[in-house]
Amino acid sequence: MNTRKLSEKLGFAMLAACMLIVTLLLAVILFDIASKGAGRISWGFLSEMPRNGMTEGGILPAIVGTFLVTLITAVLAIPLGMGCAIYLNEYATDNQPTRIIRMAIRNLSGVPSIVYGLFGVVLFVQLIHLGTCVLASGLTLGLMTLPWTITASEEALKTVPNSYREGALALGATKWQAIRTNVLPYAVPGMLTGTILGLARAAGETAPILFTGAAFFLPFLPSSPLDQFMALPYHLYVMSTQHHAITLVRPIAYGTALVLVVLVFAMNLAAIILRYRLRMTRSE
Amino acid sequence: MTQRTEDSSKRTWRPRRKESAIHGLFLLNGVLVVAVLLGIFLLLVVTSIPAFREIGLREFLGNTNWNPTSFVRPSYGILAMLVSTFMVTLGALAIAVPLGIGTAAYLSEVASRRVREIAKPVVEILAGIPSVVIGFLGIVLVGPAIARLFHLPNGLNAINGSILLAIMALPTIVSLTEDALRSVPRSYEEASLALGATRWQTLIRVKIPAASSGTTAACMLGMGRAIGETMTVLMATGCAPAMPTSFLDSVRTMTATIAIELGEVPYNTTHYYALFTVGLVLFIITFIVNMVSDVVLRKYQKVSR
Repeated sequence: MNTRKLSEKLGFAMLAACMLIVTLLLAVILFDIASKGAGRISWGFLSEMPRNGMTEGGILPAIVGTFLVTLITAVLAIPLGMGCAIYLNEYATDNQPTRIIRMAIRNLSGVPSIVYGLFGVVLFVQLIHLGTCVLASGLTLGLMTLPWTITASEEALKTVPNSYREGALALGATKWQAIRTNVLPYAVPGMLTGTILGLARAAGETAPILFTGAAFFLPFLPSSPLDQFMALPYHLYVMSTQHHAITLVRPIAYGTALVLVVLVFAMNLAAIILRYRLRMTRSE
Repeated sequence: MTQRTEDSSKRTWRPRRKESAIHGLFLLNGVLVVAVLLGIFLLLVVTSIPAFREIGLREFLGNTNWNPTSFVRPSYGILAMLVSTFMVTLGALAIAVPLGIGTAAYLSEVASRRVREIAKPVVEILAGIPSVVIGFLGIVLVGPAIARLFHLPNGLNAINGSILLAIMALPTIVSLTEDALRSVPRSYEEASLALGATRWQTLIRVKIPAASSGTTAACMLGMGRAIGETMTVLMATGCAPAMPTSFLDSVRTMTATIAIELGEVPYNTTHYYALFTVGLVLFIITFIVNMVSDVVLRKYQKVSR
């Protein structure tokens, strides 16, 4: 009896140790970036152009570039992703083609981001002749985000009970009226939560924008969607591996990493708060 | 579906036309999305065809030497980077699978409700860290630590990549394994406890085996993520394009090769097409991994229902 109790204690302690290791990993990552990056953050760092071969000055063009490219991603991925989810969950009958479409979408969410980058080069840069620019990068990231947006939106639609739809249809509403008045109001917050999480991931991605529009260094802000741009993740990559004086610019790299992490977390937090408030209103 | 609702209720012509227009619009949307996504695969295949014609499958898959810019005789063998990719990935799984399953078991079995409320966001935040940031930490934190530990000039090698990829695969493995453990029917647990087993014995002998297909799917999805990850391995593995002999060697994966070379190669050359072929191989591998995990996952959902 005692050895059994002991082995249970030991086993559970082992599991707790696993959890502890994971927590420590996160703590070390966040602490290192926050402690070494915070010293660099100042108003000037956020609002100035890089100077002197990127060894001084700020990261304004990278911040603006990431903002712009994420905006284009959102414009492509939100309507298309939500529309596709509405079709799949509300209109499509559950037959073989629908199941194949669902499976394709699930699998495509696992396609490596660099493969989307290759696709972006052929389709947007070469075939459509956009050249390397913000638009090409945004569209590439948008396509990458689509499967995530669709899956998350469909999950949100599935949580709306069927009785809501049936109630509206029984009162004589058309299909679209039922969806608009009885399904979407309850599903949209959940759909947005998933979409924002996807956009946050897209904002931090580097591989798809490497060859579709991100620039090593630009002394100006992009003025049209057909301009090249600097982006936070690519800037961090450049500052930590490609720069001619890597040790000299390490503080700038840390500062960039901190800004990027804060940006991505702010988006995640927005999504989590949205989900939390949704849960509150549901349970009332 | 719309047909049925329209027939069953008497409605005027106008809303019905509007209804079918809306239906058509969403259908078009769905078709467009699927066409675009399938187009990715087709475009990759089409762009890879010239490379197959000029290089040949045997040289491509059998040669260990990748040197497309050689003036004498360019060679296009992907074997070394294929091995590198799998080496780094398997190293990552060796770390992430036990750690991930342990964490998931802790979250679903041991942790109190309040601990779980705090611990779950840890995993979610970890999933949210951009890969380029993890790669950066590989250079500034993990690399120097490895160099000191093994007395190497620098720590940019396969083991560094494995550690970082493990961090990237962990959130997927933890959250999906936790779901799998949670969906084991309560009656299994109750039966085991009623027979006098401790909670630990129940977990090890009953719940984890019962959740095994869900756990397998979780690990495979984590593996898919690790294989396709670009920035972390590009930054942290040193990127020497040779056949690796140990985990302390600098390696260059398929993703890293594309990332390094595509920016410098002129469009529509053999080298350019060869990089797309590497992308196609990558696509096929991750597709198979995801597909298998998908099938395994569906199977376990059917069983547990």
